[in-house]
Amino acid sequence: MKAESGAAGGNKEAGGASTTTIKKEPVRVPDHLKADDAATQKKLTKKLVKQHIPQRTSAQRKVRLFNHLHQYEREVSLTQSLAFSSSGIHPAVIKLGIQYAEGIISGSNARCLALLATFKRVIADYSTPPQKELSRDLEAKIKPYISFLNQCRLLSVSMGNAIKYLKWNITHIPSDISDSEAKAMLYEGIDGYIQEKIILAADAISDHVKAEKKIINGDVIVVFACSSVVRKVLLDAYKQGIQFRVIVVDGRPRMEGREMLRRLVRSGIKCTYVLMNAASYVMQEATKVFLGAHAMLNNGWVMSRVGTSLIALIAKSYSVPVLVCCETYKFWERGQTDSFVFNELGDPDDVVNIGNKSPYLQDWRTFNSLTLLNLVYDVTPPEFVSLVITELGLIPCTSVPVVLRMKQEKLMKLDKQFYEERKLQY
Amino acid sequence: MPPGESDKKEDLDERIETFKSELKQGSIEGSYNVALKTVSLLVRIISQTKWTTAKELMDIVRSEGKKMMASQPSETAVGNMVRRVLKIIREEYASALKGSSEEGDPQESLAKLLLAEGEMDDYSGTVLNLKCHFAENIAGQALEHIHSNEVIMTAGKSRTVEEFLKGQELAMSLAKADIETTVINDSAVFAIMSRVNKVIIGTHTVMANGGLKAINGSHAIALAAKHHSVPLVVCAAMFKLSPQYLCSYDQDAFNKFLSPHDVMDFSEGEILSKIQVHNPVFDYVPPELVTLYVSNIGGNAPSYVYRLLSELYHPDDHDL
Repeated sequence: MKAESGAAGGNKEAGGASTTTIKKEPVRVPDHLKADDAATQKKLTKKLVKQHIPQRTSAQRKVRLFNHLHQYEREVSLTQSLAFSSSGIHPAVIKLGIQYAEGIISGSNARCLALLATFKRVIADYSTPPQKELSRDLEAKIKPYISFLNQCRLLSVSMGNAIKYLKWNITHIPSDISDSEAKAMLYEGIDGYIQEKIILAADAISDHVKAEKKIINGDVIVVFACSSVVRKVLLDAYKQGIQFRVIVVDGRPRMEGREMLRRLVRSGIKCTYVLMNAASYVMQEATKVFLGAHAMLNNGWVMSRVGTSLIALIAKSYSVPVLVCCETYKFWERGQTDSFVFNELGDPDDVVNIGNKSPYLQDWRTFNSLTLLNLVYDVTPPEFVSLVITELGLIPCTSVPVVLRMKQEKLMKLDKQFYEERKLQY
Repeated sequence: MPPGESDKKEDLDERIETFKSELKQGSIEGSYNVALKTVSLLVRIISQTKWTTAKELMDIVRSEGKKMMASQPSETAVGNMVRRVLKIIREEYASALKGSSEEGDPQESLAKLLLAEGEMDDYSGTVLNLKCHFAENIAGQALEHIHSNEVIMTAGKSRTVEEFLKGQELAMSLAKADIETTVINDSAVFAIMSRVNKVIIGTHTVMANGGLKAINGSHAIALAAKHHSVPLVVCAAMFKLSPQYLCSYDQDAFNKFLSPHDVMDFSEGEILSKIQVHNPVFDYVPPELVTLYVSNIGGNAPSYVYRLLSELYHPDDHDL
């Protein structure tokens, strides 16, 4: 990250006893990781008020370890305080935000696709005001939408990368073309991104699995929760005629495994369904584990739904290979070694419900010493993962920073090209 | 037979039958209660049936014990208590014998033990005393193992662990006792483990090699603890120690399965007909993952368990 490398550079030069004194830049921690810092919170509140976005009430009681992260109370209506005004938030964005907050749209790819579709509508309804440039004004218009979506539910890494791409496209629109042409360019860019990074990438991953024969006859494959990429890989392999069976491991409270189970069963794949605590029992007969990822981190760790690290750990202890399927657009420049520094805290009340039995913790708020923790993500160390399957090929976990660097170089090249063209224009 | 005695015999038979059906249905909660009931039944058997020699008594106890064990093979506490009682009988006999002659190791005079006359001692007292105070003993050792500001992870609901510390019921009782508690899902165990100082769990049975037969999910917790080098402490009373070994990694012989209803509702019938659902009750935890056993007779390493076996049970009784 830029700030960290700046500080490191400052340290080095200070230690070298040179004559030049370099002012050390204070390392900036991103704002969404400073929920316990009063000054940052005040700044955030002011910013939200300026953008006319309702701020969600913070949870009354958080686990002390996670004081630096946001946790919100479930509210009756997120949008009660939103006014009907032309400078307000686009209704499509409001709809999207509520769908995120309620969990109607969940899953890395689904959220990203919904986001891009919504932004296409926003661009369609946008018209440049007089005396303003589209490239600057549109970007300013989008900022409050992103804050709103962030308030509804923390942005996923896939969404973050897509927004970065969109902003890059917007700022690189030449200033001399008409609105409709600019919009056409943006649509093309977004469609290209969706097609190339999400849909075709999934196809490519499935092709790699087929080509390298990663699924063979007689395989017993363990999957965890619901991943669209893993689902596609399994369905394609089944269509090819390979005989295998799948064990779906599910985790409370989200129970996403049921969705995976439904779709696999519908296509005719033989499935077994267990809960997380029986994972150790089923791992004995497993031959492979296929996992999806929310993001791949710079240091090779895999960020995914909470419980993934446990599955990988159990698989390692039984010597079962773990294959992670992840598109390259989910690669993240951040590095992390534990699940505390950055995570999402879900609604603690979801932990209370344990299915058939009557919930013991119904009135947990009455006990001062009791807190409930509902983590959404966790990070898996690379020694548990055998292989990462991306659309570029099959790579080990340690090659993730290489791919990231390649992407950055490509982007820098494009940037250089664009600015050269601009210089020529003037 | 005089009428009073026949009544008593019928009463005894009825009690045994009730106990067996309760075991079969699984309506007794907790291995402590199972063990307690077994012992009280055995005490009754000893006091009410007619026997003249130690061998006769042991045969009676053994046969009744076998029948009780057969009604619920997964409840090892029954078998353990039967073996314990047999060992106590042998000990009492041996000590009585020592008073009258200079016999050496009671094991060597096995033949004599089985054929000779014995007294009608009240053996039961020793056994009951052993059991009532196990919880306090274990709790008393808590101070040796926990210091202030420690973060401790525990799993499931174990009466022993509750006594030691002062899944969701345990959290409620801990919270009522004003202990700072956080409840997490079983999926989040690995994520949280790096901030935990100790893991304390209870178990259903301690196997002869030092491994555990514990509730589902314990193996995952033990693996996560090993990965983060967090000590795993197991609180188990001595009546949970079983002379059985895990014969193979084929868990079907050693595990018990419950209705899949807890995992997936029968109301989702459409899918249920096309899939398999597993709901195992137990998990095997190998002894390498356990750091310490805390029992009513003190803390031990898993490698010491085999020695405890010979103190509690006689090797001849290992296979009843």
